[in-house]
Formats: sequence, structure tokens, C-alpha cells
Amino acid sequence: MNSVGEACTELKREYDQCFNSWFSEKFLKGDRSGDPCTETFKKYQRCVQKAIKEKDIPIDGVEFMGPIKDKPES
Amino acid sequence: MVKYFANNTDIRSTWDHVVSAFWQRYPNPFSTHVLTEDVVYREVTADHRLLSRRLLMKTNRLPRWAERIFPPGMSRFVYIVEDSILDPVNRTLTTYTWNLNHTTLMSVEERCVFQDSVEQPATTQLKREAWISSSVYGFSRPIQEFGLARFKSNQVKAMKGLEYALSSLQGTCHAGDPGSIPGQCMPQLFCSASSPKYYI
Repeated sequence: MNSVGEACTELKREYDQCFNSWFSEKFLKGDRSGDPCTETFKKYQRCVQKAIKEKDIPIDGVEFMGPIKDKPES
Repeated sequence: MVKYFANNTDIRSTWDHVVSAFWQRYPNPFSTHVLTEDVVYREVTADHRLLSRRLLMKTNRLPRWAERIFPPGMSRFVYIVEDSILDPVNRTLTTYTWNLNHTTLMSVEERCVFQDSVEQPATTQLKREAWISSSVYGFSRPIQEFGLARFKSNQVKAMKGLEYALSSLQGTCHAGDPGSIPGQCMPQLFCSASSPKYYI
């Protein structure tokens, strides 16, 4: 899958691979020994956040889970 | 005026498999309109929950009748945000997905909750809800009806995509599957961002 920043796709794939292994093998099993993906995530984020600004994608300042706050629990 | 839609589905896989497949859902044969996918925020909280935000970009193809209403310069892409909270202790995954642009035309918000099924072993229950609304003067009702019909038909695609990804994760994927890398299963899928489905 491609990143929204064309130059970021390789960094994204590297991060995704790291995350998917850590997620299934450590995180889900309750292993709290820390996230081995922080460096690769930082590199990826530097690239993708720049692309988001360049493309004027209106995501900055959007509150986490924003609209859900108005919705009642089902 | 908002159209509301809700349904429950049972997925015949364990919660662990479902949430792992959740992160690996794109690309899949049922989502060719999804062009890019990025994680733009992620954090493990002090109470060990995983918070994530993903940004998706999808094509925007309007049906003819809508094309006549909107200016030709309108953006060809729709940006979708998917926020999620994954709690591995309580075994729940809650996702919230909505479109960032084209909101006047149609706003589609979807909330999904994945939990262990209470009644069946090795099964995950998915509760899905959607809120669809349009602010286009004079057209909001047909747009909403269209949006809701598209949303429902997309649930079928999303579930097919999910089954595809789950069977890949469980080791039955084959080289040459769309989106697969030779020698590596690449499962994709999930609780779809039913982005304003007027474009596809």
C-alpha cells in the first residue's frame, strides 16, 4: 500500500512490518517490554507529516475520536 | 436530517486474529478505490491501550446526477480519518471513521466495536453503526438514501475483504493473490471506512 507522500512509501512499509510483528508477538501477549519501532516510526512520521502539509490535507488539530463524543453508546 | 444504520455480525475468527488483520487490511481485492493509507499517530497509554489514527485517501467518483450539481474543480479525492482504541486487556477494539472533506455533499461517520462473542467460542462480534447526512439544499434526501444504500452494499465488500485477510493470516494465502508479495502473506481488510460511497 502506498503512502500519501510518494517519498514515504518505503519508510511506511518498514514501519508497518516492525509494527505488525511487535503487535502480534508482544503487545497482544501482554509483553510490555517496550516498542522497538520508535525510530522507524519517527523517520516515517517526519516524511508523512511533511507530505500532509504540502498537500493541505485538513487533518491538523482534528480531535482524536472527535465526532464520536456526540454519539450515544449503542 | 441524519440516516442511521446499525448491525451486528459474527466473524468466525478469534479477536486476536481479527485485530491483527485489522492493521493489514489494505490493499485487498475489494478496496481498489483506496489509494493511500498512513498511520499518522500512535501511542500506547499508561493503561496499555493502543491509540492510533490512520489517514486514508480514496478516489471520488460521483454518479452523473451528482456531477451536474457540483463544480468541476471539486477535489477528486476523499480523505478519511480512522481513529481507534484497542484494549488488549478487556479485548475490545473501537474504531471511529469519518470523511474530512466533501462533508457538505455527504458526511459518513462509522463506529465499530469488535469484541469476543459471548455466545460462541473463537468468534468475534462486530457491532457497526453509521450516521449519514448531507447538507446539499434540495438534494439531501436522495443523497442520503444513495449514501445509505451504498454503505450497506459496502458492508458486503468489507466482510469479504475481512474474510480474505483472515484466511491469509491463518496461512491459506497463495502467491499471486492480489496485493500479495511472493513468499509473504499480505492479508488486508476490515471494518470498512464507508467513505461517502457515491464514488464507487
